[in-house]
Amino acid sequence: MLAFEKIAVQTDDFDVAAEIAALRSHPAIGAVVTFIGTVRDINDGDSVSTLTLEHYPGMTEKALADIVAQARQRWDVMGVTVIHRVGLLKPCDQIVFVAVAGAHRGQCFEACEFIMDYLKTEAPFWKKEQTTEGERWVEARVSDDQAMARWVSE
Amino acid sequence: MKVQVLYFASLREKLGCASETVELPDHVVSLGALREWLAERGGVWAEALGAAKALRGAINQAMAKPDAPLAEGAEVAFFPPVTGG
Repeated sequence: MLAFEKIAVQTDDFDVAAEIAALRSHPAIGAVVTFIGTVRDINDGDSVSTLTLEHYPGMTEKALADIVAQARQRWDVMGVTVIHRVGLLKPCDQIVFVAVAGAHRGQCFEACEFIMDYLKTEAPFWKKEQTTEGERWVEARVSDDQAMARWVSE
Repeated sequence: MKVQVLYFASLREKLGCASETVELPDHVVSLGALREWLAERGGVWAEALGAAKALRGAINQAMAKPDAPLAEGAEVAFFPPVTGG
């Protein structure tokens, strides 16, 4: 049974093309869905110069592995890659990469969205913004909780 | 019972503490009870860990609810709602 899996928390940037190539090398794969989260230069009306991402080493990797395991139970997918950066980032930088590979697109689209929705609410990462108004911790969004909750009620 | 307590992000900054090992009195047997007991220190501890603050907790690196039981040597963590992705 093919089950490619890569979960990484790192300060370094990632190469999207290389990550996809590693994920989709098996001929049984017919679909690859990817999501890339990037740093915006504006948040809540203020200009963001840099972003610092903190996490809980140890728990973060476990939480991501658990989220991927849940996705695999719900959808028939063959490969999953999750990479999340930590440390100092600037606008346009890549923050997070989620890629799901499988035989057909439908399962991959849903699994990819599920992983991102759970990552936003269950993986222990915190963002601190450096803005023109000073430094501040980013507040959690209710919309992220709602996005996660719809997978539970379905 | 002795446990290690970790604090993250804005909570760590507010408390000026990233981690500590605490010896718990007999009545502190759950995650929620530990939070209340720490808040009883007063000052920034009461402000940051008081019931009004939206906080989450983990035991041995897994998200846990306030009624989750504590065990000797556990790694406990408190932190604000997460904002990754």
